[in-house]
Amino acid sequence: MYISANRTADGTRPRSRTSWAVPGNVLALGGVSLVTDISSEMVTAVLPLYVTLSLGLSMLQFGALDGLYAGLTALVRLAGGQLADRWQRRKLVAGAGYGLSALSRLGLLAAGASVPLLGAAIAADRAGKGLRTAPRDAMISLSAPPDALGHAFGVHRAMDTFGALLGPLAAFAVLTATAGAYDAVFVVSFCVAVLGVLLLVMYVRDRREPLPPGAAGSGAVSLRAAAGLLRDAPFRHVCAVAAVLGLVTVSDAFVYLLLQKRGGLGPEYFPLLPVGTAAVYLMLAVPAGRLADRLGRVPVFLAGHVALAGAYLLLLGPGWLVPVLVLHGAFYAATDGVLMALAGPVLPERLRASGLALLQTGQAVARMFSSVLFGALWTVWGSEPGLAAMTAGLAACALASWFALRPAVPAHRPDPARRRR
Amino acid sequence: MTSARRLPVLIAAVVLLAAVAAGYAGWAARRGPAPDPRAPAVQGGGDGLLDPGRLVFRTTAGRVAAVPLGDTSAAPVDGGPACNRFHTAAGVSVCLVARPGPVPMTDAVILDRSMRELQRVELAGIPNRARMSASGRMASWTVFVTGDSYNEGGFSTWTGILDRRTGFAVTNMEDIPLTLGGRRYFSPDVNYWGVTFAADDNTFYATVSTKGKTYLVKGDYARWEARTLRENAECPSLSPDGTRLVFKKRVSGDPDRPWRLHLLDLATMEETPLAETASVDDQAAWLDARTVMYGKGPDVWSVPADGTGAPALLVRDASSPVVVGRSP
Repeated sequence: MYISANRTADGTRPRSRTSWAVPGNVLALGGVSLVTDISSEMVTAVLPLYVTLSLGLSMLQFGALDGLYAGLTALVRLAGGQLADRWQRRKLVAGAGYGLSALSRLGLLAAGASVPLLGAAIAADRAGKGLRTAPRDAMISLSAPPDALGHAFGVHRAMDTFGALLGPLAAFAVLTATAGAYDAVFVVSFCVAVLGVLLLVMYVRDRREPLPPGAAGSGAVSLRAAAGLLRDAPFRHVCAVAAVLGLVTVSDAFVYLLLQKRGGLGPEYFPLLPVGTAAVYLMLAVPAGRLADRLGRVPVFLAGHVALAGAYLLLLGPGWLVPVLVLHGAFYAATDGVLMALAGPVLPERLRASGLALLQTGQAVARMFSSVLFGALWTVWGSEPGLAAMTAGLAACALASWFALRPAVPAHRPDPARRRR
Repeated sequence: MTSARRLPVLIAAVVLLAAVAAGYAGWAARRGPAPDPRAPAVQGGGDGLLDPGRLVFRTTAGRVAAVPLGDTSAAPVDGGPACNRFHTAAGVSVCLVARPGPVPMTDAVILDRSMRELQRVELAGIPNRARMSASGRMASWTVFVTGDSYNEGGFSTWTGILDRRTGFAVTNMEDIPLTLGGRRYFSPDVNYWGVTFAADDNTFYATVSTKGKTYLVKGDYARWEARTLRENAECPSLSPDGTRLVFKKRVSGDPDRPWRLHLLDLATMEETPLAETASVDDQAAWLDARTVMYGKGPDVWSVPADGTGAPALLVRDASSPVVVGRSP
């Protein structure tokens, strides 16, 4: 038995596609992510200050600690998806990831000023994040009807982002209450993370498909089988589109830097720019997901990239602060969860976590290359021609993606009779 | 577990976790005089702090204090402002102080001889370097801003210069036209840090980093341009006579002990390693015409600036050392 938010008084009403109701399992996973993001953003917010001002390490040491494991998340994510599918135990693998990240807070506490131990704690947190992402998204995609996945992912991402916004405030509250005790931030963060794990254990249900008969042990789910997903045309197209669009997406750091320069924003407001994007993302994630369920996920996913191109054009032109942040947040709302909702139904259930991990890793690697590409363009041409080139590339790739995805992915068009409640 | 049983378990768990969190936080808050780098009030009694012949520094507890130059192990004159980085010259001080908040913020505060606030520049980031030119006119500082680099999760530096005569503050000098190796240079990843001004209040030296390399640059404030002088030199500190620089040279790839202090003779451009062999992450300050001082671990040390001699402990539990000259 699990809590179901769409139970009505008589408990029997079938869910309608335009219903605002969300399966209880999705709400439970959203709650886990909300709580876990409070915990992890508490640490992220104070770590640079703690390491440099309190421990007295050089910024070089912090940079080395922080950058060392950037690739780790991507690799562990593939492993997390693979293990979740191989055992058909998505909840177990996700739980291991949440648990590992929770334990990493105690690692920070125990590490003191020891650089190797700090590095180990940060690595454990990153590994936990990598491990849990794909199994969690697979569980979401298996918890809602295929025609309501956009809404389900929208709700999850909104809850996740809300947690990320609360985290720094929680850390600030703890630091204020304790006159700057960073260890108290780590302990509170640990307690919050344990609550996340408990919510997962108690309220999240994993759909346990029996392994296909005849496929003894790990035969059915293997690295080869996961890679073989790419032989399937719809999924291959989705992966290719995500990677190509990732390649022409300017990283957030550059967007904020350009916005600060173009908009003439005081440097003291610089750290608030990501907060603006996140706030818009939070507000638009659910409407964008629902729109994706009604109009089709491909149009909404590509419209998100059009919004991003719009943000770039504004950066090239007047550099208006609020419109750029709104378009930037709309881009995330229309693409992040929607991409998972788009890919979920074209993946077989027994390989869903592996497939989503492959897609996410491909997109992340493409974005890493895009940073190098944009850096090179900036060096050769300067920032504005570089951004103009990325904008043109984005527009061209979004158009090409439309033609690549339209025939490949079933649109999940709504039944007109059920369109209105 | 049925939902009827689950809810009490969850409530019990939340109560228990909240008790652990609140209990630890309460204990941490009462733990006693833990060093608090986030003390909000900058202002402090400055009576006699900047008297000539003093060595002024920041204590581990985060306050500016002073000892007589002749007896640096004496009990310090305490009660100065709370700063994370501090420098002073000609009766004017620059104090970088981290401001409490959900995101790292720093204020650069200019203080007069009595440590009263003259001007405040609000910045983002984490305090790193602070310098005042010998005349007290040009203040400069560096803060670290995280998540602003084209490697996500990286960091960059924002270096600012305040001309106190005009009141104009450059908060991020990245847009200064840079000539690197004789050619005008453009790159999104340039970062500056560690400014030191010459006696003319116009010529300055600093570090620029780009593409994983660092360079010593010589800048002209009025013409707003800079050119690189040589590779691999960070956090320059100009000698009082303006003929030599002491700087951090990267001598190892190990991020735990990367640097060694070196001297650069600006006339011959010859460099000499100083006798301090431990890695120092600080912008050195000149104790006198022949000696520099710097933070090493929790203490301030000094070493002759010509490569001879040996490092000597100067002040325990201190950082940001600066000498107050005999004549302002």
